[in-house]
Amino acid sequence: MATAEEEEDGGGGGGCCLRPFSCEQGLLSRPDGSAAFIQGDTSVLAGLYGPGEVKGSKELPDQAALEVLLRPKVGLPAVTPRLGRGGGAQREQLIRRTCEAVLLGALHPRTAVTLVLQVLSDIGSLLSCCLNAACLGLLDAGLPLASLFCGVTCALRPDGRLLLDPTARQEQEARAVLTFAIDSADGKVLAATAKGSCSAEELQQCLAAAQRAAATIFRFYRDSLRRKYSKW
Amino acid sequence: MAARGVPAEACVGQVVLPGDVLLLPAHPDEDAERLRLGASAAPRGRLLCGPGLRRSGAGLLVTKCGLLRHRQAGGGAAAGGAFWVDSQQKRYVPVKGDHVIGIVTAKAGDVFKVDVGGSEQASLSYLAFEGATKRNRPNVQVGDLIYGQFLVANKDMEPEMVCIDSSGRASGMGVIGQDGFLFKVSLGLIRKLLAPKCEIIQELSQLYPFELVLGMNGRIWVKAKTVQQTLIIVNILEACEYMTAEQRKQALAKLSGN
Repeated sequence: MATAEEEEDGGGGGGCCLRPFSCEQGLLSRPDGSAAFIQGDTSVLAGLYGPGEVKGSKELPDQAALEVLLRPKVGLPAVTPRLGRGGGAQREQLIRRTCEAVLLGALHPRTAVTLVLQVLSDIGSLLSCCLNAACLGLLDAGLPLASLFCGVTCALRPDGRLLLDPTARQEQEARAVLTFAIDSADGKVLAATAKGSCSAEELQQCLAAAQRAAATIFRFYRDSLRRKYSKW
Repeated sequence: MAARGVPAEACVGQVVLPGDVLLLPAHPDEDAERLRLGASAAPRGRLLCGPGLRRSGAGLLVTKCGLLRHRQAGGGAAAGGAFWVDSQQKRYVPVKGDHVIGIVTAKAGDVFKVDVGGSEQASLSYLAFEGATKRNRPNVQVGDLIYGQFLVANKDMEPEMVCIDSSGRASGMGVIGQDGFLFKVSLGLIRKLLAPKCEIIQELSQLYPFELVLGMNGRIWVKAKTVQQTLIIVNILEACEYMTAEQRKQALAKLSGN
């Protein structure tokens, strides 16, 4: 179990910090890789299977077939409104495409990689927590990756101020909520999703803040993995 | 981002993460464009790029999380040797030449299908046993354990196992006997146990006699005189992944006292 207290210096005024986050890797015995990521009171458990046997129709001749399943705490994945419009399907797609961007699937053609994300508690910034859990799960399973990624959620408050890693209440009050998936190699954006409206400048501001926060998260990844391997 | 473009020598023994770039010492007389890195065809003095690393432009790109390892080349050239990432994972990916323990799942005409824990079942010809001929078939049943090695293992093809070496001898491979106990551990522990002069194995062998088969796919088969003794070995091997040498010695001392 690794934890990080966060004190990111706010460039655009107060509220520019992440909630305390922590992670634990390899906590499940059955999957090939597993990780729990906790951001404030939001926590997600990721289980990763693969590269494993693939079912007929899903087989891809040139790369691994990645499947992402996002399971809510209660209820069925497809009909849970908390997971966003159209249930969790859209988020599953977003996470899948983000993972595909960094996963070197060509090294394991005709195999299946299954990522199961179980929401344990959702008190805001769920998608970014899912992305972080997914990345640590991929690392724990030892799958070949071109780089790491992390998720950062930004909220724009009605007064125009920027807030990183909002809670559920802050998300509801916010004018716009943006989530970015950021790559560790160059700090580039792998995926972005937004709810609400914001100007182009505000989008740029959010992106810059997210990239600064991403650097902190990547440092945290490195520290927690160092800790894991120091015991080995 | 912080560790982008670090000299490879400085990272040996450290944790590296996917996306890190390791820089290699410059060697002007070698043409980087023409350098071909084959597992078998690497000439002495050139750099070998092992598991978890890929060539990228000027250096090596890390693709797996783990500890960076380095082995100096036999030739003693400055830029030679091999780099690889020692990672802790559970899922096995077949590699040519690896010795593994498989479970026979089907008999299909001339070949057996063997589950080795990879993404696909390996095939094993009935002629790939010592002394087997078309008339004299080996006695292999579904559910049997097989200790063999990979003759063919690449990402695009079905892996193929054999239970003989290149001279046609079994050299320890074949069907594993009836009794004993099979269990799974992480691939990192297997590599540790198979390292030459592994302390764990040496200490265990002083306890009492037992048979042990280690498969690179994370499977271990143990058989001692009694079931109780077998289970003691199993428990020690399972636990020793996270024990320090001191803790292990204490546990073994307790056992040998009994």
